[in-house]
Amino acid sequence: MKLRRLAINEEGFIFDPETGNSYTVNETGLFILEKLRQGLSPEEIARLLSQEYDISPEEARRDLEDFLEVLVRYGLWKEPK
Amino acid sequence: MKKPYQKPSIIKLRVGLLRDKKSGLLRMVRREIDGVPVKDLVRKFGSPLFVFSEKRLRDQFRYLRRLFESHYPRVEFSWSYKTNYLDAICRIFHQEGASAEVVSDFEYHKARRLGVPGENIIFNGPYKPREILKQAVLEGARINVDSMDEILDLEEIARETGQKIRIGLRINMDTGIYPRWDRFGFNLESGEVLSVARRIAAGDRLEVMGLHCHQGTFILDPEAYARAAEKLLRLARKLEEEFGWNIEYLDLGGGFPSRSRPKGLYLPPEVGIPPLSEYAERIARSLLLGTMARDYPLLVLEIGRALVDEAGFLITTVRSTKRLADGRRAHILDAGVNLLFTAFWYHFRIEIERELPGPPEPCTLYGPLCMNIDVVEENAWLPPLPRGTHLILSPVGAYNLTQWMQFITYRPRVVLIGESGQVEVIREAETLEDVVRRERLPEHLR
Repeated sequence: MKLRRLAINEEGFIFDPETGNSYTVNETGLFILEKLRQGLSPEEIARLLSQEYDISPEEARRDLEDFLEVLVRYGLWKEPK
Repeated sequence: MKKPYQKPSIIKLRVGLLRDKKSGLLRMVRREIDGVPVKDLVRKFGSPLFVFSEKRLRDQFRYLRRLFESHYPRVEFSWSYKTNYLDAICRIFHQEGASAEVVSDFEYHKARRLGVPGENIIFNGPYKPREILKQAVLEGARINVDSMDEILDLEEIARETGQKIRIGLRINMDTGIYPRWDRFGFNLESGEVLSVARRIAAGDRLEVMGLHCHQGTFILDPEAYARAAEKLLRLARKLEEEFGWNIEYLDLGGGFPSRSRPKGLYLPPEVGIPPLSEYAERIARSLLLGTMARDYPLLVLEIGRALVDEAGFLITTVRSTKRLADGRRAHILDAGVNLLFTAFWYHFRIEIERELPGPPEPCTLYGPLCMNIDVVEENAWLPPLPRGTHLILSPVGAYNLTQWMQFITYRPRVVLIGESGQVEVIREAETLEDVVRRERLPEHLR
């Protein structure tokens, strides 16, 4: 999966060696990317988000979907079949 | 305890976006100028339209005067006419206490016409026609001499009028900046100044009472002014000792930057341009350290751009939109480099009259001239602009209204928003009659 090839530093700077594009993510964005790289499912990540951060599971789920949407648009992630 | 939450976000970094307009994207809507809606201004006065803010003019003048006076006890501000010599603008600065700094017969006439007495005029410039030079002498203007030929002219005028004329000398020198302007006045390091001084003393018709320098424009190094002040001060000492003159003023000229963005400057102006307080501090430090108390020479500053640039806006309208061959969007405005001479060297802040939907994309802004050079902004990031959208360009208060051209079309109105919000025309739009009035058709061509 593409995500594994990304160079991600702890500040949230991301470099995609395949396209040469770079990105920045905020803390929660970074949290999500790391969990995705570990192979966790969106449901699990949403649950972890609401455990770690001050946010309801429903809202975490909604924001996560929005975030994944952007990742798809940037060609960084694909929904597993 | 759970950590505070922020919605996850990922932003793709774009070089162009970061370099040019990232911060601008959030602040690119301007609905009004000094409380007057842009829409109303256009409806009433047309587009394109230059708009000046009296409040900004006065505020900036007062701020700079207090800033410099808080560092040094004796400061005179002389309004640089060439930066903007519209009557209303000059009058505002004169009301605030500025004298007039002129560089030509036309500017001298204009200052006198506005009621500025001769002694409140500083006369610079590399060519002062004989006639106006004599008038300036008779009216007691402070004349900063640029060349040996001018000294000869003045000695002749002194013989004619039977008076000893007190003059200032224009000095050029190395202040550590590039380019080094050596075309105005006499060179310091080569010893030219001293030999000229000896010549003046021997002639016994002129007396040097001031030193002037004009070291450049948009100078980004405050230390350059400190070095200039130091060198002029040392020179003043030497002239006083050697010739018995009393050097009453040191004129450091202009060249102070505004918050405009020169094309070569990589950083945004807020970061790349030192605040004027740094200039004030460095200059004052040089002067205070080099002077005995009670013997402070008058510091003259000919600040132009830094006073007027940010008080001026140009409202222009998108007249058509097209795609260029490479797919880039281009807009054609009703104002081009005919009105915005400074577009050749500076990037303007580009604001839209209202919020527009759609993602910003790179586009080029062209003026209405049928010439390839008529580019207002090569690379702006703007949302899709419907035809008829008004854009507000700034800062445009400096040099555009003196260097604009009457080329293929008429020059537009200029309005001033007064301190109580009233809007007044300070220059009417040109008409065909204005342009052709001075033409003559010879008999055989009629």
